[in-house]
Amino acid sequence: MSYTKRPDGRKFDELREMKAKVGVVPRADGSAMFAFGDTIAIAAVYGPKPFHPQHLQNPEKGVLRVNYDMLSFSVTERKKPGPSRRSQEISKVTEWALAPALQIENFQNTVVDVHIIVLQANASTRCAGINAASLALAHAGIPMTELVSAVSVGKIDDKIVVDLIKEEEDYEDGEGATDIPMAFLSNSKKLTLLQLDGKTSAEKLKEALEAGKKACEKISELQKKTLKEVKGE
Amino acid sequence: MTPKTIKEKTEKEEKVEEEIGKETKREIVVPGEVIVSGDDYLPGEWTERKGKEIVALRFGLADKSGRLVKIIPLSGTYIPRKGNVVIGKVLDITFNGWIMDIDAPYQSFLQAMEASKFVNKNDLSECYDIGDMVAVKVWSIKRKGIDLTARGRNLGRLEEGIIIRVNSNKVPRVIGKEGSMINLIKTETNCDITVGQNGIIWIKGNKVEDELFAEKAILFVTEKSFVEGLTEKTKEWFDKQKKSKKKEAKEEED
Repeated sequence: MSYTKRPDGRKFDELREMKAKVGVVPRADGSAMFAFGDTIAIAAVYGPKPFHPQHLQNPEKGVLRVNYDMLSFSVTERKKPGPSRRSQEISKVTEWALAPALQIENFQNTVVDVHIIVLQANASTRCAGINAASLALAHAGIPMTELVSAVSVGKIDDKIVVDLIKEEEDYEDGEGATDIPMAFLSNSKKLTLLQLDGKTSAEKLKEALEAGKKACEKISELQKKTLKEVKGE
Repeated sequence: MTPKTIKEKTEKEEKVEEEIGKETKREIVVPGEVIVSGDDYLPGEWTERKGKEIVALRFGLADKSGRLVKIIPLSGTYIPRKGNVVIGKVLDITFNGWIMDIDAPYQSFLQAMEASKFVNKNDLSECYDIGDMVAVKVWSIKRKGIDLTARGRNLGRLEEGIIIRVNSNKVPRVIGKEGSMINLIKTETNCDITVGQNGIIWIKGNKVEDELFAEKAILFVTEKSFVEGLTEKTKEWFDKQKKSKKKEAKEEED
């Protein structure tokens, strides 16, 4: 039996209902919330500000520092609070995914701090985090060439599926499930994040990238719309 | 001139005014968005030319004045410019000056020579102590930090009064055209006000009530920063506030 129907009744190329909001943390220089269905991430941006400890400063350009974490009640099995191997890895890849869009060369010896927190998790948390962080960075007035949008594409059995949920990630029949999170720049469509957890053929990966690109276009539309609505504040 | 030609003229003038209105209309842009395309425009602050198009490099309001296209920031930290008057807090004292916090991305330093009054070289804390608020001017911006000066009119240590903080991008609205807004608030509230470009504002009045009233007025201005003809609106707001105060006073008398 092959994979023909998704558990939540979506089409294979359909995203979950997305929600985005800017300015959710008044104290921060910029902040945003982004949700894929019941996966919710918030991001707060502080800076550019002086970078301490001094030996980490870069005299040639500004530094981006990302901190990703999940709240202990965000998943069904309580997550032990504090940094872990997983959260450190995601912080780092998020940093690399966002950095190509930023223009912080002229802020030498400073740091831009991005804090991403997942309030509720149902897969694709790093993608929701990147989307929220991209909005928050723009909201904080950091010079950027474009926005970043991310989505997770999966290969479940032999089908390419956009925006996985936890149930699909755990699918085991046939070829099983492969999770491929990816991030694109909004205008140049350059790929800034590509991870692959599982097995896939080269053709299927190409197919997944195309599906991801299409989904990211929808996400970046929502991001632009959200930022344009800030005016009322 | 016949009445007809006069009418034609006014119609033409109206058209011209409309066009100017359209040109100065500002729109929110997001990073990477194309603001205008064509060789007629020049890229200004926070914009970049990419082939034929002028692209936004940050989030803000796109402003087309004449041929120049620039972005007016709506949010973000204060970025110091030479000549800005800012209000800062003394963080530390070194042997030849003070390290200040002016809410900018870089360290800022006030040399002992640049203090607003006589300095006892042996004890700099006599002049400004840690935690004091000082109105200073940005003297120069170097790679390693900002140099400040406290020599000049209305600069120096701030004594008494209250300090409030607003979004530094809204400071131009608080000051108004050639100081129209801040002068209005000063005269209406009877307070002495120093507005730092970094969004820190010092208010000093004879009574605490006056200071709080001035704070209320400034918060009104920052909240309504998108409204056009804001100075007029603020005047109306002051009239209303006065009326309600009078009413309260009367009721108390009764």
